[in-house]
Amino acid sequence: MADNYKNEFGVFAERPQVEKKYYDAKNIFTGLAVFLLLLILPLVPNLGKTVPPPQRSLETPVIQKLAEKDRKCIMPTDWMRANHMQMLVDWRDNVVRTGEKGAANGRNFVNPEGKKYLASLTNTCMDCHSNKDKFCDQCHNYVAVAPNCWGCHLTEGKTLAEAK
Amino acid sequence: MGMDRREFIRISGLAALLGLSGKGAFELVRPGQVEAAMAAKPEAQGVVRWAMVVNMQKMDEATAAKCIEACHRVHNVPDFTKPKDPKDAVPPEILNRYEVKWLWTEHYHNAFPGEEPPVMPEKIAHLPFLLLCNHCDNPPCVRVCPTKATFRREDGIVNMDMHRCIGCRFCMAGCPFGARSFNWRDPRPYITQDYPGYPTREIGVVEKCTFCAERLAQNMMPACVEASKGTLIFGDLNDEKSKVRDTLKRYFTIRRKVHLGTNPQVYYIV
Amino acid sequence: MLERALIGTKRYYLLLAVLAGIFGVGFLFYLQQLKFGLGITGMGRDVSWGFYIAQFTYLVGVAASAVMVVLPYYLHNYKAFGRVTILGEFLAVAAVTMCVTFVLVDMGRPDRVMNVFKYPTPNSVMFWDIIVLNGYLLLNILIGWNVLECERHSVAPPKWIKFLSYVSIPWAVSIHTVTAFLYAGLPGRGYWLTAIMAPRFLSSAFAAGPSLLVLLCLLVRKYTKFDPGREQIQSLAKVVTYATLINVFFFFCEVFTVFYSQIPDHMLHFQYLFAGLDGKARLVPFMWFSIVGMTITAILLTNPKLRQNENTLAALCGMVIITTWIDKGLGLMTGGFVPNPMEKVTEYAPTVPEAAITLGVWALGFLVLTLLYKVAVSIKEEIRS
Repeated sequence: MADNYKNEFGVFAERPQVEKKYYDAKNIFTGLAVFLLLLILPLVPNLGKTVPPPQRSLETPVIQKLAEKDRKCIMPTDWMRANHMQMLVDWRDNVVRTGEKGAANGRNFVNPEGKKYLASLTNTCMDCHSNKDKFCDQCHNYVAVAPNCWGCHLTEGKTLAEAK
Repeated sequence: MGMDRREFIRISGLAALLGLSGKGAFELVRPGQVEAAMAAKPEAQGVVRWAMVVNMQKMDEATAAKCIEACHRVHNVPDFTKPKDPKDAVPPEILNRYEVKWLWTEHYHNAFPGEEPPVMPEKIAHLPFLLLCNHCDNPPCVRVCPTKATFRREDGIVNMDMHRCIGCRFCMAGCPFGARSFNWRDPRPYITQDYPGYPTREIGVVEKCTFCAERLAQNMMPACVEASKGTLIFGDLNDEKSKVRDTLKRYFTIRRKVHLGTNPQVYYIV
Repeated sequence: MLERALIGTKRYYLLLAVLAGIFGVGFLFYLQQLKFGLGITGMGRDVSWGFYIAQFTYLVGVAASAVMVVLPYYLHNYKAFGRVTILGEFLAVAAVTMCVTFVLVDMGRPDRVMNVFKYPTPNSVMFWDIIVLNGYLLLNILIGWNVLECERHSVAPPKWIKFLSYVSIPWAVSIHTVTAFLYAGLPGRGYWLTAIMAPRFLSSAFAAGPSLLVLLCLLVRKYTKFDPGREQIQSLAKVVTYATLINVFFFFCEVFTVFYSQIPDHMLHFQYLFAGLDGKARLVPFMWFSIVGMTITAILLTNPKLRQNENTLAALCGMVIITTWIDKGLGLMTGGFVPNPMEKVTEYAPTVPEAAITLGVWALGFLVLTLLYKVAVSIKEEIRS
């Protein structure tokens, strides 16, 4: 029985003899070619182009006004670059949902240095980084992500609105 | 051994099914343990319970208008009669379909339907009763929400998570007070002056009064209460010394549709 | 088996093309709705559910009614229905597909649909509705497909399929019960706050679904070589008769409780629908047509002669479909929201984009139905020859 041929349809005394031939080869290969073409189509416009990495811009009135030594974010820049999205999600959940328990706790963010901030995209982040198109969009476009924060959250915080 | 294709599909299918329903099963066995509770627990010591009294003896059109204006301004509530750009004007016959309102007025007959005596003081019949979300102790909107986007906080505020709402509008059908509005279209072209202290909304989510949760968190009174010059009284119902509790002890008050058992927390002195 | 759906006559391709075309038009309008918001529909703050949810509710009934052919066959060994169970099951698949699509097009934020599974909420009836509907879809695809394949190879279906068939019977009842509970548990809506909402849903479902199935059987017989059978159609006609009678009876039960008790919260909705309120009476002619038509149809159906003549039977089944649709689609949805909680009257009428999207979803459903029926009928023809 050792040389019996076995496949998903059962056990056979000998290997089935099938003529080696591509059926409908023309249709199949045309279909595959069209599929491949469609697949790479979105990449074509960018072919051969190099997109320069975004330059972080801190040219905003609030940041420029600060003394050199005070010019730092609520967390170190590298940490912010890697984790700001998760931090914002945490802020969101604390402010809207879980932070209810101790009255204002959900709205407070305390950084490792012990400095307290209001957990607010518009009124904390955007207050300094009022240049959304340079500071946020440029990088988001570069890495092709489209967060929808600004569908609701305004880009102008209280300080800026009052200054106007 | 080895797994053939059929078996692999069967096992992975089962695993996916369990994975999807696992959290649901947990919710079923221990409701409210994963996230928020549905209805009020028996009154506990030291727990805040926000409530509002509307003193209709002091209320007039001007005060009501001021309260509404204050509320809608600080929450970026759109006014579809006032587009920023005239080309966004909404035809008047569909204005009431799009309308978004957190705080509004109705006559007694509409605020308390079925409860008007055949003969009543002319003055009361025409008073502008200020209506808003009742922040019920047993809120039907929270019961029906399929994602807990609407939830009841421990301090009694029935709040909304706009990040989570799927726009099914079950809560609008569930609310017996008509307190909920839906964003049938983009509200931004109809917000005359952006208020930076609060976000706007996107299309497709439901919204309503939040008892100014964002102001309470910063130890401020709700915007309408501040604007009302004493006509609205707001505070902690569980605090023996609070003004709300004192007012409720001294005056007889009525609430909307009490017979439905939702236990509304907005009281009216008539 | 699926290859059977790919090969057909010119007329078959034409039908597919027409349905796909209507679906395409609906889809274009849906893209507009995604961009503008649900404001392009006739819904609003007061009538916040409209045409979409009405169709959804009606079609859950059509889907549930498959049980009317499955139950006699599996529980009472009524062999005659063996020929049509597949038609019932595939009708259910198409109907549930439409239901799910209608829920999706009604959502304000379809991009967040997975939140229902991400944050499961058992106290919400909608959570359960999504579970039972998807379960029912899966059951009917599995059962229908496997039974058909076994039939094709002349072998008995495996045991687990029989087990699933038994499961599908109470499951069918559950989908319409849970759908009724969406409405029947809301404290402020007098029109919906009734314990016989679920029974009413089931009776109208078992009237409308088998009616549609009778029409489909007649069509299949006319245009293919497969005859679902005269006895089968006559048995379905009896189901339609009883269910329509019970549905009319339930309606009058409702009317009695509401008007004898004289509770305004409950009466106002009926007054709006059948007489108009505050001078607004857009639905009055529809509602009278629905209830009078349904009652007369029910009485006519009791006459065996009219049932046995397949022309009159088809006409009566058509009437059942239309009258129950008005009652349970248009009337139920708008009637529940008018007057609003402040007892004010805002009327509702669907807009053109809303109607186009609705038609598009129906076309999608019938596309699925056509493909599935093509497979089923081809296999049945193959077995016969």
